[in-house]
Amino acid sequence: MELKQAAVVGTLESSDLQITLQPNEGCGIEIELQSIVMAQFGEAIEETIRTVLGEFGVTDALVTVNDKGALDRVIRSRMQAAVCRAAQVSYDWTREDRHGA
Amino acid sequence: MERKTALKRTSLYASGASPANMAQAVFYGEDCLVYDLEDSVPVTEKDTARFLVYNTVRYHRPKDKYVVIRVNGLYSEFIEEDLEAAVRARPDAIRLPKVEYAREVERIDRRIAEIEAAAGIEVGSTEIWCNIESYLGVINAMEIAKASPRIAALALGAEDFTASMKAQRTKKGWEVFHARNMVLMAARAAGVDALDVVFSDINDLEGLREDTVLTKNLGFDGKTVIHPRQIDIVNSFFTPTQKEIEYALRVLAVVEEGKRLKKGAVTLDGSMIDKPMELRALTTLEQARAAGIRIGGEEG
Repeated sequence: MELKQAAVVGTLESSDLQITLQPNEGCGIEIELQSIVMAQFGEAIEETIRTVLGEFGVTDALVTVNDKGALDRVIRSRMQAAVCRAAQVSYDWTREDRHGA
Repeated sequence: MERKTALKRTSLYASGASPANMAQAVFYGEDCLVYDLEDSVPVTEKDTARFLVYNTVRYHRPKDKYVVIRVNGLYSEFIEEDLEAAVRARPDAIRLPKVEYAREVERIDRRIAEIEAAAGIEVGSTEIWCNIESYLGVINAMEIAKASPRIAALALGAEDFTASMKAQRTKKGWEVFHARNMVLMAARAAGVDALDVVFSDINDLEGLREDTVLTKNLGFDGKTVIHPRQIDIVNSFFTPTQKEIEYALRVLAVVEEGKRLKKGAVTLDGSMIDKPMELRALTTLEQARAAGIRIGGEEG
């Protein structure tokens, strides 16, 4: 999936994170991560970001993240919304039917 | 489909726009946690809230609560995608705002069934709560309550109702007294739960107590709350009396006896005991247990 425009989602409130997702044509996935729990969860946050991009088939993206202690489900949710906004698509909810219970 | 009973003494909204609000709401003592996609979510954040509520309910739902998702208005541009996400999240119920006609519920019922079938969810398993928030909703409450076997509760919303009536909202609540009774009677006729209006002043706990006495005495099963500090007070009013517990035990005893003797109908003190009365008895015992009362030799 191709990103067509920059998208910003989330907030800088506690338990949330702000993500800026931009097209990065031909340059792969680059992640700039700031987090208040960088030492403990930096790698896990980056892994979730890459997983969501992979699920959407996004291969080129510049992701700037400012994390304020968001839970994994929040990171995942914000990334899904960011990709839909940046790619200018609506989410196909039937994709969820292919996930196991 | 056989409906299970579930306590609905208190239902607390958690905004789908606030990860912190959603995370904290799990730790309070409300019976029902309502993840909100509607009024508490700005129009520009409907998409992000939908993902957040979906991932939370689908993969991290609180185990000991009745989980509800309130979707956007039935004629809004968001309702279709809200339903796609909300049904697949597998909540106990979907709360529909501002229902005014049975045909609206029938339409949503059919759409939910389609999504359930596509997603491999048992068709009919997603319950519906109808918010009654206008004079039309109150007038049509009976047909709404009976519009679908999915309906588990009617919830009266006082702010929008009084606005539709050109009435003033007061703490005494006379402006919603008739509506409360209309919604209650409709719920009772349909055998579903009735949930009372919010008490809006979160700093007036004595006012909340007075209002909840009325809620309880009129016959409501619970109340929507807007702040965690209201939860314990409202819950405390729905603790059954010893007399109510004893009656519930007698109802369940004659029902069991009827089943054992393969009787089609059973009576208690000269009155027929039907399914709604059995469910009410079960609810009474659940309320008692939730309040820490041991019943009939149960282990603590």
